[in-house]
Amino acid sequence: MATKLIFYFFAATLTLAAFRVITARNPVHAALFLVLAFFSSAAIWLLLQAEFLAITLILVYVGAVMILFLFVVMMLDINLAPLREGFAKYLPVGFAVSILILIEMIMVVSHWKTGLATTVTATNIPNVEQLGQLLYSAYLYPFEIAALILLVAMVAAIALTMRPHTRAKYQKPEQQVRVRREDRLRLISLPAEPKD
Amino acid sequence: MGPLILSDVLILSAVLFCVSVAGIFLNRKNLIIILMCIELMLLAVNLNFIAFSHFNADMTGQIFVFFILTVAAAESAIGLAILVVLFRNKNTINVDDISTMKG
Repeated sequence: MATKLIFYFFAATLTLAAFRVITARNPVHAALFLVLAFFSSAAIWLLLQAEFLAITLILVYVGAVMILFLFVVMMLDINLAPLREGFAKYLPVGFAVSILILIEMIMVVSHWKTGLATTVTATNIPNVEQLGQLLYSAYLYPFEIAALILLVAMVAAIALTMRPHTRAKYQKPEQQVRVRREDRLRLISLPAEPKD
Repeated sequence: MGPLILSDVLILSAVLFCVSVAGIFLNRKNLIIILMCIELMLLAVNLNFIAFSHFNADMTGQIFVFFILTVAAAESAIGLAILVVLFRNKNTINVDDISTMKG
């Protein structure tokens, strides 16, 4: 009973935040409302007893991805006016399509009978332990592939955005190795001068 | 008002997904908002997985959400990097101006 009230509260917050994300004029506001959406869905995940993933959502998404979004939004000097041009023009078709999808989905989903019967089995094992036991035994190889994906993403993001800055001075090892004595040293003969 | 059942969560997830579909329609010129809408879609999908995992008492759904979170973080990092490179080269993030490849 109380669970359902809490669920409705966070669901309303989540939906409102999502609406503000898509209608906000300023991308910074959209990013901040997306943070609110992530927070309220983390609360819903906590209600559904997925504690580890709820905390991961806040740590990874709010802590890293949204900060990245905010950095990019603030770094780019965007002229916002031409980006809002099609908003009113696409409002009817956008709402029509999404309402249609929503009606179809609700027609399918509201008759889901299997979800009603299954009661949640209460276990003494905490959520993190259950997840860890599965992740490090049955899903070990996918876990390592996920690590590899993160590495590739990191390398790709750095390689895409890095540009060689021309004014900075840095070492070029291949030229340092290739250097010979004649490049650096010049022997000149000076006439001997008498000491007075 | 009974206890929380599966279809409540599924309907919430459907609403979230449709809001983000509408967002892609409405903001189809602004690449940043489109990326944010994709994040919202992934959030709706994750909510479905966690709901099924909870109501079927099966941890596999949460394992899947874990991997989706990983891939989504990688996707948004690379997407934003591409966005920054695009803005540096073309000085715009308008989708209509990105027609070099005539796709």
